[in-house]
Amino acid sequence: MGFRDMKRRDLLSLIGTVAGSAVMYQAATSLGLAAETTYKGPIKLDGDAKGASILILGAGVAGLVAAIELRKAGYKVQVLEYREKAGGRSWSLRGGDTYTELGGFKQTVGFDPGLYINPGPWRIPYHHRAVLDYCHRYGVALEPFNQVNYNAYLHSAKAYGGKPQRFREIQADYHGHVAELLAKLTHQNALDGTVTKEDQEKLLESLRAWGGLDKNYAYAASLDSSNVRGYEKAPGGGVNGAPVPSTPASLSDVMQGGLWRFLGMGLRDEFQSTIFQPVGGMDQFPAALARQVKDLIRFNTKVTQIHQDDHGVTVTYTDTVKGGAPQTAKADWCLCTIPLSVLSQIKLNVGPKMANAISAVPYEAAAKVGLQFKRRFWEQDEAIYGGISFTDLPIAMIGYPNSGYGSPGKGVLLGTYVFGAYAMEYTAMPPEERIKRALAYGAQIHPQYTKEFDTGVAVGWHRVPWTLGCHASWTEETRAAHYQDLCQVDGRIALAGEHASYITGWQEGAVLSSLDAVTRLHQRVVTA
Amino acid sequence: MTIFKSFTIKAAGLTALLTGLYGAAGALPHPAHAQASDASSAAFASPRHFGQKDGAALYQAICQGCHMPDAKGATGAGTYPALAGNPNLEAAGYPVAMVVHGQKAMPPIGEFLDDDQVAAVVNYVRTHFGNHYTDAVTAADVKAAR
Repeated sequence: MGFRDMKRRDLLSLIGTVAGSAVMYQAATSLGLAAETTYKGPIKLDGDAKGASILILGAGVAGLVAAIELRKAGYKVQVLEYREKAGGRSWSLRGGDTYTELGGFKQTVGFDPGLYINPGPWRIPYHHRAVLDYCHRYGVALEPFNQVNYNAYLHSAKAYGGKPQRFREIQADYHGHVAELLAKLTHQNALDGTVTKEDQEKLLESLRAWGGLDKNYAYAASLDSSNVRGYEKAPGGGVNGAPVPSTPASLSDVMQGGLWRFLGMGLRDEFQSTIFQPVGGMDQFPAALARQVKDLIRFNTKVTQIHQDDHGVTVTYTDTVKGGAPQTAKADWCLCTIPLSVLSQIKLNVGPKMANAISAVPYEAAAKVGLQFKRRFWEQDEAIYGGISFTDLPIAMIGYPNSGYGSPGKGVLLGTYVFGAYAMEYTAMPPEERIKRALAYGAQIHPQYTKEFDTGVAVGWHRVPWTLGCHASWTEETRAAHYQDLCQVDGRIALAGEHASYITGWQEGAVLSSLDAVTRLHQRVVTA
Repeated sequence: MTIFKSFTIKAAGLTALLTGLYGAAGALPHPAHAQASDASSAAFASPRHFGQKDGAALYQAICQGCHMPDAKGATGAGTYPALAGNPNLEAAGYPVAMVVHGQKAMPPIGEFLDDDQVAAVVNYVRTHFGNHYTDAVTAADVKAAR
């Protein structure tokens, strides 16, 4: 391969090999690759593992990545997993699946073939480079997740007479009125002394374009505003082709309606385009990782004790299917990815600092409800293809499927995705009651719910048997007091998972945490 | 940084998260029915505050999510302890502190409840499910524990 033919990543690998990762990171930054991530590309665990063995606890994303990389580096790896399959919280529910939550509430999913919900993570932003790298490496097919859909709804029971508004209209009206106000101030010379005359001219020009203002800098019913917010009668062909402009809401209605609250999400770093989802469900990601290390994983294995001494680590476990007496697994080292909500209850001899850290982090409440309808009315009736509608009702949002557009059969919506008090209330209900609530609220946005509902499934994360909660909930105070202690190697034990990251609740946090822990453990082994 | 970190106004766990989901602090609608004491109409009063007032309704809206309707707890990879016949409830300060501040798998609920609500649910649990501790907790006790 000549230099000319080198791809940027190849060049970076070369620089990384020769000069070490710090230089590579600098180089990557200068090529515009790395600024939005701390991921430095595939890790290189150089040096002799000396035949060392390691126990990985948990076959979620963090554990799977560690298993792949440590085996590659020459370790003898065993993975113990509580569930009957790999993936942990990266999970999809499909037709035919049964899910029994804590308390014994059992649901059988009645979705049609190919339809699913992701009760856990459902998005992979473009800058989650580590997750994307593993997806690409192990053949996980990706498709766009539409975070922002201009034709989806924004809704409040207390605004616009409770009638859902199109995202496009609310955004156009909000931008339009702000632009008009700023243009007025500019024309009244209110910006003189702050903004030069030359800049004011450019500002006015940009406000007109951005806000959809007419030639008098007014945000009013006009083809200028309709070009942004949509028309009363859209441009067409033939004798009746002329468009009729729509009428914007008043400034007061826009402000008091409060739907502007929902405009910001897609502007934020974590939710900017492009966002992906694995084709066929988020569990396709951990499934692809698990295929690499399936011979290493022991499923249905509940860890009850983790003990380390000068010679190694002994993990006591029970087989949740076969039962029987507790058994033990031994290794030189241990990477524990068990969620802190569970790990804090397991006997574990680490130092007081790590022990305190493990006990200091509560887990968020979250709830999702999946609803199958007899037809994809949101597409057929309302031209909503993927994306999310937002509401201040206790369902918070309605997520539309980002695939299978135009399919004639049934379709599955995400009918609720909430955190906090609402999530606790959902979790405290039997699953069928959660579904009933999701239907009653959602019908205020889509009246078709009542006639078209077919079947549903509901997940309250504090009742998920393998995590007892959604994700780690750090505060500035607990980060300051405990985060570093959580991330240190304690004797022969290191922890990993989204809880040991600053990207909690995302798979990227789990992967980056795992790669970091694995790298530091390996350094110990090599230098021991 | 959390799933919704970008919206957070202050890093205070759930409040921040919800502030993020629902907009600027203080701008949240708080429906009138949040004041109702009847369990069904008080449900889903606000994303940041429970609407239920009496102990039984609060237990059913919050606690039974983990401790279960019969208060016998549940076990998966970890365990939610039974509150039924639980001797740890004898010292009233213990359940008050658990509700307000949380511990390990028990999340803090204090930010979603006022002092009267915490007292009501603690008193309910301490006098039901085979528990017979009649020394009632007051709102002042809860306030002191915050």
